[in-house]
Amino acid sequence: MILLDRVSKIYNRKSTAIERINLHIEPKEFVIVVGQSGAGKTTLLKLLTREEKPTSGKIIVGGVDYDKLKDRDVPLLRRKIGVVFQDFKLLPNRTVFENVAFALEIVGMGTKEIENTVPRVLDIVNLKDKANSMPDELSGGERQRVAIARAIVRQPKILIADEPTGNLDPKYAWDVIKVLEKINRFGTTVLLTTHNQDIVNKLKRRVVVIENGKIVSDKTNASYRL
Amino acid sequence: MKRFWITLYRVLKAGVINFLRNLSLALPAIAVMSVTLFISLFLYIANATLSNTINQISNKISISIYLSDSVTNQQLKEFQTSLSKLPNVKSVGYISKDEALAIYKAENASNESLLTAVNETNNPLPASINVTPVDLNKIQDLKDFINQKKYQKLQDQQLGTSYAGDRKQAIDRIAKATTVMREAGIVGIIIFALVSALIIFNTLRMAIFNRRDEITIMRLLGARPWFIRGPFIVEASIYGIISALVSVGSIKLLFTISANSLQASSLGLLDISFSANYFNNHFWLLLGVQLLLGLTLGSLFAYIATRRFLKLKTSK
Repeated sequence: MILLDRVSKIYNRKSTAIERINLHIEPKEFVIVVGQSGAGKTTLLKLLTREEKPTSGKIIVGGVDYDKLKDRDVPLLRRKIGVVFQDFKLLPNRTVFENVAFALEIVGMGTKEIENTVPRVLDIVNLKDKANSMPDELSGGERQRVAIARAIVRQPKILIADEPTGNLDPKYAWDVIKVLEKINRFGTTVLLTTHNQDIVNKLKRRVVVIENGKIVSDKTNASYRL
Repeated sequence: MKRFWITLYRVLKAGVINFLRNLSLALPAIAVMSVTLFISLFLYIANATLSNTINQISNKISISIYLSDSVTNQQLKEFQTSLSKLPNVKSVGYISKDEALAIYKAENASNESLLTAVNETNNPLPASINVTPVDLNKIQDLKDFINQKKYQKLQDQQLGTSYAGDRKQAIDRIAKATTVMREAGIVGIIIFALVSALIIFNTLRMAIFNRRDEITIMRLLGARPWFIRGPFIVEASIYGIISALVSVGSIKLLFTISANSLQASSLGLLDISFSANYFNNHFWLLLGVQLLLGLTLGSLFAYIATRRFLKLKTSK
């Protein structure tokens, strides 16, 4: 599903974000990428969403070879990947329903279809009764679940979650992780970055550790100590 | 295809909503764009008016050749025929002594003492040939022709020929003023167009900055560049439409006020009543052209601004 072959990203001579990373993720896998701040986790995700281009190396996601990907086809690639951010990135002046619907409006889905689809997805993230709330009326955990609903509403094959629990209390953080596990059970490949030791250890999934832009450990059913 | 129309509708809707939200930010852009369109419309109408004035005066100009009383019918006919064969002659007319007297009497009908004096004398007015030239600026050839010896002896020795010199000077003055006005207007339009471009750039730059989160989300959710750029272009097109309406409305107001309050038929060289008529007769056409101009300018500036400020390409 995801293949990185000797991928490097060098911003300038003094700053190498990622160095010769090799990573292979199978379909339906749940992979946790851990590492300190500045280790290169976010750069890795930006390479996958094609916000950045690698300095060298090969990236293939969902059968798409990024070397052959034209700029005008980038939007089509991004429609296949759901992304969740640490700071939620919800539109503050739109309701929960409208925020989720926004992802469908972008791809030109009809209004009736949107009205059918959005409640189903809000149900998956347990927010059906909050459809008409504004983001500032929600708790942090609820906002992040709205962001997840928006990321999965187009049924992407891959969900990338960049420190989704970073801004949340432990109680809410688990709500979010449970939703991610549920989505993974439905068959979506999940790539989660975090530096929450507790979450990593309880999930018992494949853990990839990045330090100074390099993968230093890649083990299944692993634990992690900061 | 259905998807295209749905997306188009959403882009238009987003543009209108953004415009309403951004209204205070948009006012300077609309104001300066209105001035630009106002100048161009005023210049266009003034140009049409001055051309009309020149035409009218030109048509009134004719060369009068006053004839000596001794000219025979044979000589007259020959002179007329050779004149009408010249390339720069539009028409050749003849006013007999009696007709000249009748015209003179009609023109001075209120001056009784003058009329009495004229009646007491044997008609002192000469017959004349009136020549209307095609091009007023090329009457030298005509002069040379008329001044040939064989024709000179047919002319009244005292009155000779009138070339309507005063009117020609007036036409030259108007033509010069038209050129100056046209050039100054074009410079004005260019300056104001540049200023409105800069202000629109700035307005959209701020709008893009205010909506940077929304734009990031759209990009990451896989929105096509046109879906992101479209609303900004719609927004600036609305500036253009409003400016066009303001400019046409202002011109209408200007003509109404000058015609009614000032009670003036002209503003300097400009024949206001003709301008107002011209504007009213071509109202829908002018409105259409202004709308098209506003739309084109607004969307063009927005296209350039969004290319410049919306960073839609992946960085290397």
